[in-house]
Amino acid sequence: MAPANTDRPDPGLLAALGAIVGPKWVRSHLTERRPFEADGLPTHASVPMAVVLPSSREQVIAVLKLLAERNVPWVARGAGTGLSGGALAGGNAVLIPLTRMNRILSIDPVRQRAVIEPGVVNARLSDAAAPFGLQYAPDPSSQTACTIGGNVAENAGGPHCLKYGTTTNHVVALEAVLPDGSLARLGSPHGEPWGPDLVGLFVGSEGMFGIALEITVRLVPLPTTIRTLLADFATVRDATEAVGSIVAAGIVPAALEMMDQACIAAVEASIYAAGYPTDAAAVLLVELDGATASVEAEAALVHELLRAHRARGVRSAETATDRARLWQGRKKAFGAMGRVAPDLVVQDAVVPRSSLPSILETIGTIGRKYRLTVCNVFHAGDGNLHPNICYDRRDSALADRVARASAEIMEACVAAGGSITGEHGVGADKIDYMPMIFDSTSLAMMCDVRRVFDPANRANPNKVIPIHACREWREPQ
Amino acid sequence: MSVSILESLRSIAKSAVISGPDGVPVVRPDSAEAIAAVLGHASEQGWRARVEGRGSWMPTDAPADFVIRTGGLDRVVSVAPADLVATVQAGATLETIDQSLAAHRCWLPIDPPGGDSRSLGSVLATATAGPLRHRFGPVKDHVLGTTVVTGDGRIVKAGGIVVKNVAGYDLTKIQIGGFGAFGVVVEANLRVRAVPAARALVVATGTLDLLLDQARLLREAAIDLASLELCSPTLLGGDRWTLIVQATGTAPGVAAEIDRVRSVASGASFEGLGPGQASRLNRAVAQAALDGPVSLRAGVLAAGTPDLVDTLGETIGHRRLSASLGAGGVRWVGNPTEAHVRALRHRFAEREVPLTLERAPWAFRRAVGHFGAFREGVRPIAARLRSTFDPKHVLVSAIEATE
Repeated sequence: MAPANTDRPDPGLLAALGAIVGPKWVRSHLTERRPFEADGLPTHASVPMAVVLPSSREQVIAVLKLLAERNVPWVARGAGTGLSGGALAGGNAVLIPLTRMNRILSIDPVRQRAVIEPGVVNARLSDAAAPFGLQYAPDPSSQTACTIGGNVAENAGGPHCLKYGTTTNHVVALEAVLPDGSLARLGSPHGEPWGPDLVGLFVGSEGMFGIALEITVRLVPLPTTIRTLLADFATVRDATEAVGSIVAAGIVPAALEMMDQACIAAVEASIYAAGYPTDAAAVLLVELDGATASVEAEAALVHELLRAHRARGVRSAETATDRARLWQGRKKAFGAMGRVAPDLVVQDAVVPRSSLPSILETIGTIGRKYRLTVCNVFHAGDGNLHPNICYDRRDSALADRVARASAEIMEACVAAGGSITGEHGVGADKIDYMPMIFDSTSLAMMCDVRRVFDPANRANPNKVIPIHACREWREPQ
Repeated sequence: MSVSILESLRSIAKSAVISGPDGVPVVRPDSAEAIAAVLGHASEQGWRARVEGRGSWMPTDAPADFVIRTGGLDRVVSVAPADLVATVQAGATLETIDQSLAAHRCWLPIDPPGGDSRSLGSVLATATAGPLRHRFGPVKDHVLGTTVVTGDGRIVKAGGIVVKNVAGYDLTKIQIGGFGAFGVVVEANLRVRAVPAARALVVATGTLDLLLDQARLLREAAIDLASLELCSPTLLGGDRWTLIVQATGTAPGVAAEIDRVRSVASGASFEGLGPGQASRLNRAVAQAALDGPVSLRAGVLAAGTPDLVDTLGETIGHRRLSASLGAGGVRWVGNPTEAHVRALRHRFAEREVPLTLERAPWAFRRAVGHFGAFREGVRPIAARLRSTFDPKHVLVSAIEATE
């Protein structure tokens, strides 16, 4: 629990916010603000000074104009499922959850586009598109709760991003309100940027450039054929080498996911049991989709490659129910790990695929060094690791070991040529790791670009860019 | 003035500096640091620089105090076939890149107008994709990270060399299709693909309406294709429209998809071409984009393409027109007037379709700008970004119209 933020905005500000959104949608008492102190990351918390919940674009614009006039910092938030502390608002910042802006404004099956408000839950959009034979492809594990606005802020990924790309590949236009309350229409519904690619720049800016009010996304046809395979291996190295061989063969599976033994054990002991072999060192979940003949040919080749890399068994999901069961274990793996310990740090890093065998051994060594339980469940096809560390945050010595182990894992991934985050974002959690991958000039440029949108640095302050590491960074004039 | 600039550049650049044909000094740096030194000095002096790749796409006619030619940065720095990534300097031609990748059984599925003599930097700056964008996406989808020299000589890195990465703002995006206004890309990390086991190309010819209808049928049948490109009669030098269909993948998969193309087709016959003929046809499509002084691209979806093609036909003629009837996007090459472009932009804007000027002589670019009028709120952002990456506007670019 974060220390209580007893700061309260002046009553005049609260009244003005209440006049915009209605008094009951402004939360100012500590007990009302406390539920917003954290997102999905257990290691960071801070209580916002006030919480305001707008329900329309006009209200959001009016709120931002008011906060600009009074020079008050703010943080936009979706469902709070983020895993980098990106939606934390501390100090004198006002938190603006956008969950009430949850309308799907239109679905155009001919043009394969949807226009939505930022608070629409990810899975709800695919559900709404399904009757038209379409889907919204990015599918973070939290897709039944996370919002597309949050996905835009973080450039969220998911298992099927290996083939279909991440959020940035699916957002074609945005209506955004900037921190000064002005509007900007970025991109075009057709996908051509209409000027510099500001949609590409905005997606993944972690709520520091403005708030997306309307989001136009690309929908893709549901595949005609899907084949899901589960392979189990006696060693992690065999499994990771099989991953490399599949990709190098020119096959781009829809998803290529891996779970190690600790993760399999957690899943199989939970209500999400998927029938994974508990004596396996690792399992690979390979999903192929597309036209029938291609999928059949690729499945045969993948089967061969898995066997060539000493898979002990390869199961194929024959029915939609089988497929859903195999996926349930993967998608609910984080939930299953909740049984292992009260708290779970879901780490996120990327390495070149060819480094997977060695980096997993290194992560195992780091876990043993700090006497921690590390479970690995991750997007193997794109080298996006999720080492998950189970712990109890009430034990401060243990929490310190978790922090040191996390930092060492990041260092190892960067040393392997990778990145500190593949899909969760930098937020507050990884801000100190940024100098591992960017020099001071590049960080200073990010500061400058942020100030193009937000000259006063009021939108989601103190996230992503470690100001102290920026060369020649100056205070606003 | 040029003489003193020439001498100054020689002392700073530590690279070859020559006097160009029009007396304008030309620097051919061989490193990011050399470009940074030159641009840093130019920014202090208030000089204007024209950046040139291989000179095979954009006319090299923009007035400037000196020229930076990226041809000295032409190396494929590394290829990692197991990771399907490559690091390439911006002055490398696509032909060089293809050859290097092929030795590792890899492939960069970018087939831009103008062909493979173009430099990577030119393709990135103009975001010019070709027919393969149907399957493999726009140019930006192939770029994982960039090293950029800003107009005032800072070396900025963005992105990384892994296929998935959200660390920091995605500054790479602003460079792709930025028409050189936001810095000089000197190196890029690219996502490459394994060479497909099989490829096939089939073509049908006929009237515009017939082929638009065939493409619609193929789209509705969700056939898995690498490209679905419509070409006007003038573009390929015949009297009929042509629909070019490519498939890549496993041999059985490609064969099955081509069979489906033929079975779905109604009233058109698709003829298969051998590898040599297919390659010549693809080259012809790319080269045709140079058969006119001006290249325009309209960002329209496949469903809106028939109307847009009609509008082009009625106003400036079909000329050399190609359209991706899956991914969307129409390219038009010819010799329009500035008034034509302005009028078309006005008309297309009602349909929310941007019309980007991809290539034209400098006077034309300067007059109408690469983008024309921006949408609400974009102009000030674009202007501030430009000043952020190039505070003294050293880099000559026509991202904004002047008239």
